[in-house]
Order: sequence, then structure tokens, then C-alpha cells
Amino acid sequence: MWSRESLEAMGERWTDRVQRVRDAIRPFRRRILMFLAVVGPGLIVSNVDNDAGGIYTYAQSGAKYGNMVLWSLIPMTIALYVSLEMCSRMGAFTGKGLSDLIREEFGFRVTFFLMAAILLVNLGNVMAEFTGVFWASENMGVSRFISVPVAAVAVWVLVVQGTAKWVERIFLTFCLIYFAYVISAFLAKPDWLISLLHLFPPHLMQYVPGMKQVVQVPKFNAEYAVILAALVGTTIAPWQHFYLQAAVVEKRVGPRQYPTTRNDVIVGSISCMVIVFFIIVCTAATLYANGIHEVTDAGTAAIALRPLAGKLASLLFSIGLLNASLFAASILPLSTSYVVCEALGFESGIDRKFREAKIFYALYTSLILLGSFLVLALGKFAQTILLWSQVLNGFLLPPVLIFVLILVNRRDLMGEKVNSKSFNWVAWISTAAMIILTLVVAYTSIHELFTHPASQTR
Amino acid sequence: MAMTATELMGSKAYDAQGNFVGKVREFFVEPADQPNRVAHFLLARGSFQPLVARHDQVAAIEAGKIELNVPERALGTYEPNEGWLAVTKDLLDQQIIDTSGRKVVRVNDVDLTEQRTNGNVELRITQVDVGLPGAARRLLQGIAPQRLIRGLQNRLPTRAIRWEFVNLVEPDPLRRLKLRITHEKLEDLHPADLADIMEELSPAERQGIISSLDEETAAAVLAELDARLTTQIVEKLDPEKAADILEEMAPDAAADVLGGLSKETSEELLEEMPGQEAEEVRELLEFDPATAGGMMNTDFVFVGDKSQRDEVVEWMKEQELNLDQLDTIVLLDGGAQFSGTVSVARLLLASPEQILKELKQEPLLSVQPNADERDVFELFDKYNLRMLTVVDDDGRPLGVITVDDVVSKLVK
Repeated sequence: MWSRESLEAMGERWTDRVQRVRDAIRPFRRRILMFLAVVGPGLIVSNVDNDAGGIYTYAQSGAKYGNMVLWSLIPMTIALYVSLEMCSRMGAFTGKGLSDLIREEFGFRVTFFLMAAILLVNLGNVMAEFTGVFWASENMGVSRFISVPVAAVAVWVLVVQGTAKWVERIFLTFCLIYFAYVISAFLAKPDWLISLLHLFPPHLMQYVPGMKQVVQVPKFNAEYAVILAALVGTTIAPWQHFYLQAAVVEKRVGPRQYPTTRNDVIVGSISCMVIVFFIIVCTAATLYANGIHEVTDAGTAAIALRPLAGKLASLLFSIGLLNASLFAASILPLSTSYVVCEALGFESGIDRKFREAKIFYALYTSLILLGSFLVLALGKFAQTILLWSQVLNGFLLPPVLIFVLILVNRRDLMGEKVNSKSFNWVAWISTAAMIILTLVVAYTSIHELFTHPASQTR
Repeated sequence: MAMTATELMGSKAYDAQGNFVGKVREFFVEPADQPNRVAHFLLARGSFQPLVARHDQVAAIEAGKIELNVPERALGTYEPNEGWLAVTKDLLDQQIIDTSGRKVVRVNDVDLTEQRTNGNVELRITQVDVGLPGAARRLLQGIAPQRLIRGLQNRLPTRAIRWEFVNLVEPDPLRRLKLRITHEKLEDLHPADLADIMEELSPAERQGIISSLDEETAAAVLAELDARLTTQIVEKLDPEKAADILEEMAPDAAADVLGGLSKETSEELLEEMPGQEAEEVRELLEFDPATAGGMMNTDFVFVGDKSQRDEVVEWMKEQELNLDQLDTIVLLDGGAQFSGTVSVARLLLASPEQILKELKQEPLLSVQPNADERDVFELFDKYNLRMLTVVDDDGRPLGVITVDDVVSKLVK
């Protein structure tokens, strides 16, 4: 029955079928590839967002204020989308990076100081990433004096060797660990209705009849302002704008591919915020509800994952944190040195030899070296590093957004694609809100520093 | 004495009587007149209308001070002029092409030198500074004392490009014409280098360069560019010009470009191309890019397999062949069917009367146009091929795939 002929005939039939399927999908293959080529930067940018500083900030805000910070997520999603969309649009229609445009339109000196600020703030971010490594490893029982140097060397080598693109994909896949928070949030059985109601500003909701008993209204003080600023700073980070626009230019996104990129940015912003929502709800239900109001180390933060992983929560959290930290640590120093060198006209790029691009490599190396060294030296201030690096992001954001807004409204650069009036309103209002928040934080923390010098570390 | 654009900016200008006229806010080169001479100085004073001093109205220049040899009333008022190159607006912080170093760089400062001509002083641009000294000056000018800046500058490694090697990139074609910006120097570069340079520029600038190159160079550059960029550029070109460029390209490269365009645009361009070439490209477009047919080139050399070596060489001399790329010849038998291939090296060493059929390479290899590209790669790898013939169902050769087609596919 199973003669050789019949097997061969069957084999042939199968190859024939496979061939027919292949022929059938051929016309679409090109389109699918094109879609994949364009989709990505928006998603990457928003995912790197949930890095060590991010996870800490979300966990801390959930632990400290429970549901009371949730209302900021919707305006933040809008601000994130609006600001990133402007950059991707500029990239697609001018074909130039953000730092290039700032240099060409505002001159050398302005660019220099902006770049110096970015360098400083991103050093803070790199420190936050290595703090993530430090927390994750100590939680798994490895001393930070081993893990942080190893991580620093690994990141440096991977990126310089050019294997980073490949590793990037692994990290991106590991980002699925964030879904652990989603599941954990469901298992913790929070009161979903109350959480959802807190998506609207409780300050207003309390005046809605019948809501007064349900919503909690946060007291607005320095601590609350710092948490809000850190939330904004970690979700809408200045470096994202530079990274996204450079990626759009590098991927050769033109006016024709632009709609796909915009979708990518929408998907990225919303998915990022959905995850943030679940992280905060999850920590609110596990930490805040149980009276733990301060996230002091990875162990505390990991409690949030207990409903899902039980005893393994701590391990799961550590892996997630390590992944997020390494992912961001492999992107941040590189993109920072790239942006700075491009703006100031130094040779840049990993494909250049060390001799050709000395400054680029020097910047890249010292960001990693200094970042990891400072984390080792300042180990006991880990919490302060994590929170304040995000607050500094928030400080730098308004100037960057102002540059973006001026550039995107220039008709000689953007032609018909300048902002619409309503878009401009949203953008300027969110910028103004961030400036006010920044000033409040600056004022209150200086005020507090002078009145209670002891409480400066939070 | 030498000085830089940054030092000159803000210098105070005094007229023949020693009265203050205004500060230098901008200065212009008029390339149509002289390519490197600073032809006009824009002098501004408070809310007065800015005045313009011509090069022959300047008696002496030093950093911070300009003396004119005419009274203030002899100066003209400022009218914007497209033919003037504004040094700070059009040059500082902008990207230029360094044609000697073959790359795109950003201008930090512009170096000027003084030149005495009968009775007045002219400034000439010597080089553009793209290195650290220029950066330091831009940062510190007006903040730190002049001596300190100069001292610092002397310690920093210089990176500068002589003015004659500077190629400006101006996207607007009218302005380009008025500023006498030509791309002759770019045409001397290797197309692959030029393609690298173009990839660093913005779309508008790329468009500007391609449309001003001659068709042959443009075709060579487009063939080297990233496929997505090529599509973007061709889409925006004037159809007639695009068709002229496509005509210069090898049919397979042209088909690749057209394959990336929309059906209508591609059809429109094919209409513009001469009949025979358009026909060849049309045939190639029928094939999927991921098959042998999509990779092949219909432009190949074929001769009868019964011809003698000398006959063939004589015939080849009369043809216009691309000698740099030719290394294999296709043989046809009496029925116009594929009979084999002969490498040029074997042809070279064969005796004059030898019949080509005897020189055939073994094994006899060919593929059908619908063969998958991966099968093609395997054949090239296994048999160390430099060329593979594509034949139709009747065994008639349709085209050839050369090793460079394979390499460029694999690199993508």
C-alpha cells in the first residue's frame, strides 16, 4: 500500500501545494515586508519607556497614591501621542533628524547647550538603568559589584560589535513580561469600577453626585507633584523624540509611508499607557491596599506580582527588570552619543572606525562607564537616582517640546504639513502644563530642602 | 590677515569721515561675479533701514572693525537678492558636500582672508571649518575674550575644507541657477560614493542633485541607491527626465525601479521610453522580484555555437559592449536554443579557428524564470558561477543573472 511510487507521488503533490500557496501569497509578501519595515520605531520607543526608571516610578506612584494617580494617564497618553507624532511627521516630511533641524534653524550655541543638557539628563537615565540591574541582581542574590560591571561591559561589547540589532529583538520579545502585570492585576481582584472611575480627575469627580464616597482625592503637595513630574518625565522622555525622528529618517519613511508610521505611534502610545495602567492598578491593589507606601527595593516592588507568581514573584520581577534595564541601556547611550555628535558635526556611527569617530566613541564609552560607576558609588541612594532621573527628564521636556513646536509650525520646512490649529492647542496646553508642573516641583523641592534638610531623600 | 565669519559678524563699520554706520549683520558672496569674494556687507543700526556696503567701498578690515572709503550716503539700501549667498544664513550650520573627502559635513565657521586690491580691501573665502576650532569659536565668541579664544583654537586639531572642494546643496532649482551651483564635481565621483553622500542628505536635497546630474551619472547613482530612496526620487522627477534616466539604466535595474512604483506611474514612464527598451523592461516586470526572472538582465551577449573564435572576436569589436562587466558569452544552437556558455578568458586563449561549441563550460546549467531566488543562490554557490542563463520552456535564453545581481540581493 505504501509503495515508493505512491509516497513519491504524495510528496510531489505536497510540494506542488506548497508552491501554489507560495505563489498565492507572493503579491502580498512585498506589502507585508514594507509594513514591518515601517512599523517599529514607535513601538520600540514606547516600550523602552517602561525601563527601570519607568517601572520604579509606576510602582512607587501606585504604592504611594493607589488609584489617585490614574487620572493623569489619559492626558499623558494624549501628550505622548501628540509630541511623538510631531517628531515622526517632521522626520517624514523634512528627512532630517530633530537635532539637525535644531542646529540648522537655531545655530550652534543653542544646540550646544541643549545637547549638554541632554547628555546630563541621559546620564541620569543610564544611571537609572544600571540601578535597575543592581536591584534585579541583588534580589537574585548577586552582588552589584559583579552584576553592574558585567552588564556595562556586555552592553558596550554588544553594541560596538554590532550584534545589538539582533539582541534588541530578544529584549523586545522579553517585554511581553509586562503582561505579567496585567494578569497579576486581574488575580489581585481590585475593584475595577473604582479604578476606572479614577481615570477621570478625582478633583472634578468628587462634585459629581454620588461620587464623593467612591473617589479618593489626593492632597496636592510637594511629594505628589514630584510623583506626577516623574510620571510625565518617564513616559514622555526627551530622548524619545530625538530617537523616533532619527529612526523615521533612517527607515526612509517618506510622505507615502507616513500614515503607517502614524499608526505605529498611536499603537505604541496607547499600548504603553495600557501597561502603565495595569502596573499602577496592580501595585495599588497589592502594595497600597496593604499599607506599603514606599518601594525601597526590588523585593517590595515584586510583591505586586505575588497574585500571579506566588513565591516566584520576586524572580519574575527581577528578570523583567533586568530585561528592561539592559534593553534601555543598550539603546540610550548609543542614541544619545549619536544625537549629540550629529548635532555638533562630529563623525558618528558604529560603522565608523574608532580613529574616525573618536568623540562619538568617547561619549558612548563614558556614558556607560560613568553611569555604572556612579551607581556603584551611590548604591544606597538608588531610590533617589531612580525617581530624580525621571524628574530631570520632566525638566528637560518643555524646552525640547518648544523647539519641536516652533519647527513643526514652520511653513518653509513643513509646507502644508504644519500643525493644524486644534493640534497646536493640544500641544501648547500640554507643554504649558509640563512647564507649570516643572516649576512647582522645582519650587517645592527647593522650599523643602531649606525647611527640612533631612527629608531631601525620598 | 586671516579671520573667520564669526569674528566678522557684529563688527562695527565706520564711514570715510569716521562716523559709525552700523554693525555687520550678514555678508554675501555673489557667485555669478566671483565665486569666493565677499561682495556685500549688510550693516544694521538699531531700527534704521539696513545699508549695504559693496566690496570696493571697504578701505580696511580687522576683526571687530570695518573702515569704509565712502560717506554713509553712498551706501545702498538692502534688497533681498536670490543670487547672493548669505554666509551665515546659507552656509553656517548647514550641510555641504566635501568633494575631496567624499562626504557630507556640517559647517562650523568660514575662514576668510584679506586681499589688497587697488585702494580697497577684499575678503575672500579660503576654507570652511568643520572641526573643533570653529565649534569653540561659535560657542565662545562674545562671551570670552578674543585672545583666549584664539589661544584655545590653536591647540585644537583643525578640520577644514578648501573652498573649491565645497559643493553646496540647494534644493531650489531656481536659486541653484542664480547661485551658479553646479554639480560637475559630483559627476567626477564614483557613483557608489555619490550614492553614499546622497543617502545622508534630505529628500529635497537629493532631488535637487539628481535632477541636475546628467542622465548617465544619475542612472548609475540610482542603481547604487537604497531601493526605497530610488523609488521616492523617481516618483518626484519630471516624467520625461525620469524616462531618460531609466533608459540609461540596465533593463533589470530599470525594472527594479519601476517595480517599486505605482502601476500608473510606472506605465506613464514606460510610455515615455523608446519602444524597444520599454518592451524589454515590460517583459522583466512580469516576473516576481524574488525569482530568477526578476533578477535577470535581458541585455546579454550571445553567438552561434558553430562560430569560430576569431569570427566572434571580430564581431565583438564592432559591438558596443560593456567591457568592464562582460565575462561570459551565451551560445545558441541552430534552433536558437540554449547550447552553453563560454568564458571570455577561454575565448582569449583559444586558437583562432576553434569552434566555440568545443569551449563550452561543464556542467551545462540554466534555470527557468519562475525558479525561486534561493535556488539561484544555491547554484551560484555550488558551482562558483559568475553567470547563469535563464531559459524559457522551449529552451530559448531569455536573459542572464550575473554574480553582482546575486550579491546585491544577498546584501539586502
